[in-house]
Amino acid sequence: MNDQVTISPTTLSIHLAINGRDHALEIEPRVTLLDALRDRLHLTGTKKGCDQGQCGACTVHVDGERVLACLTLAAQVEGREITTIEGLADQDGTLNAVQAAFLEQDAFQCGYCTPGQIMSAVACIREGHAGSDEEIREYMAGNLCRCGAYPNIVAAVRQAARELRS
Amino acid sequence: MRDFSYFRADNIEAARNAAALPGAMLLAGGTTLIDLAKCGVAEPSTVIDISHIKGLNAIDVTADRAVIGALARMSHVADDPQVKNLFPAVSEALWQAASAQLRNMATVGGNLMQRTRCPYFRDPQNFPACNKRAPGSGCSAIGGVTRGHAVLGVSEACIATYPGDLAVALVAFDAEVDLGERKLKVEDFFLAPGATAEQEHDIRPGEVITAIEIPGSAAARRSTYIKVRDRQSYEFAAASAAVGLELESDGRTVRDIRVALGGVATKPWRVRAVEDALKGKALSEELVRKASELAMEGAVDHGANHYKIALAPRVIARAILELGETA
Repeated sequence: MNDQVTISPTTLSIHLAINGRDHALEIEPRVTLLDALRDRLHLTGTKKGCDQGQCGACTVHVDGERVLACLTLAAQVEGREITTIEGLADQDGTLNAVQAAFLEQDAFQCGYCTPGQIMSAVACIREGHAGSDEEIREYMAGNLCRCGAYPNIVAAVRQAARELRS
Repeated sequence: MRDFSYFRADNIEAARNAAALPGAMLLAGGTTLIDLAKCGVAEPSTVIDISHIKGLNAIDVTADRAVIGALARMSHVADDPQVKNLFPAVSEALWQAASAQLRNMATVGGNLMQRTRCPYFRDPQNFPACNKRAPGSGCSAIGGVTRGHAVLGVSEACIATYPGDLAVALVAFDAEVDLGERKLKVEDFFLAPGATAEQEHDIRPGEVITAIEIPGSAAARRSTYIKVRDRQSYEFAAASAAVGLELESDGRTVRDIRVALGGVATKPWRVRAVEDALKGKALSEELVRKASELAMEGAVDHGANHYKIALAPRVIARAILELGETA
C-alpha cells in the first residue's frame, strides 16, 4: 500500500482522448473539461451556458455516458473516452440520426443549447429512456432551451429513437 | 475558482491518508465540489480524486440486504433491476433526483456529502453571514426569502434544507454508511444544525465512505418515493416522502410502516410518530391523514415556507394510500 501521499505540482501534464484522438495538455488542476475543450483545444461546439451544472449546454459523453463538462475536471477524465458534438458525425460527414432528426424537425431556434441537446438525446436513446414522449421529457429535463423549442426537440428525439430501433 | 493541488488516489488507503491532510477534499463525481468551488464556498487546497479507485462501485443486492459501493453512480443504482425490485423507493428517489447527466456523474457516497442549496449559503460574496460557512457569523436566511427553507430540525443558527432524495429513502429503511473503521446509521450520520450548523455529517478527517448498506424488509419491497416540486422534473423537493408498507394477511392492517421526509427538514427526516400511529391499525383514509399530521410536530416556519407544513403531511398520506391500494 502507498502510505506516502505525494501532492502533484501546480501544473499537470495530461492526455485526453477526444473523438478518437489523443491530445497532450499542460493545465492547472482547476481547469474543467469544458474550458479545456473550448479554450485549449478549440472544440467550441460544446457550449458554456450556466457553467454551474444547471443548463446542460455543455453535455458531452465520457465512456459513452452523458455528463456535464462544466462540473468535470479535465484531469479527472484522463484515460477515459470523451466524445463531443464534433465527434458525432461519420468521417465522411454523414450526420448522426439525432443530428438529422433535429434538422428535419426544426428542433431549435437560436441553436445555443442544440449541441448539448443532441449529445444528451444520443445517450438518452442509447440508455433506453426514449420509449414515450413522457419518458423523453423526463430524461431530457437536464437540457434547458430558453427559446422553448421543446415540442420539436421531443419530436426529433422520438423520430431518431424510432429510426435507430428499426 | 481558486486553484488547488490535484492528487489521484489509486486505492482506499491512499485516499484515507490524503483525506487527513489539512484543506484536502475528496472528489468523486464532482457535482457538489466543483459547483461549490465555483461559488467560492468550497476552497480546497488539495483535491483528492477518488473516482479512479477500482472495486468501489459494485451494486450487490439480495433479499437480505443491498450493499452499494460508494462510487456506484446514481443512474446505475436507479436502473439496477434488483434495486427496483427489492428497494423501489431507493430507485425512485434516485431517478427523480437532478438530471440524467448529473446522475451519471454523481456517486452514492458523494450524494451523502451533498450540501444544502440554501441560496445564502451558496453566495458568500453577497451574504457573508452564514453559520454553516463561518460559524458565529449569523444566518442570512432568517429574515430573508425563505420559500425553500426547512421547517423541521431548524435552530436559531440555521434553517437550511437538506436537499437530497436518496438519503430520505435510506433513513426510512435503516440503512448504514460504511466508513471503514466504523459503521453508522445514515440517520445518525446526518446532523441537525443546533448551535453547530457547520457540522453536517458525522465524519472525521481521514475517513472515507466506502459503501452504503440497506437491510431488506417487506416494507422496503413495497415502498415508494413521492416528490412534489415547483416543476415536474429536474427540481429540488418542495416536500417529498419515502414510505414503505407491510400489511398483515388481511390486506389492510399495518404490520410495519416506514416514513421519512425530504425537502422540509435540515436533515433526512424519519417520522416515527406517524409510523407508531399506524402500526397495528387498519388503513383508512381518515386515519392516514390524521396520522400524517403528526409529522409536523415541532415545525417552525419563517413566513414564505409556511406552505410546507400543510404540504408535507399530504405527500405522506398520498404515498401511504397509494401503497395501500396496491394490496
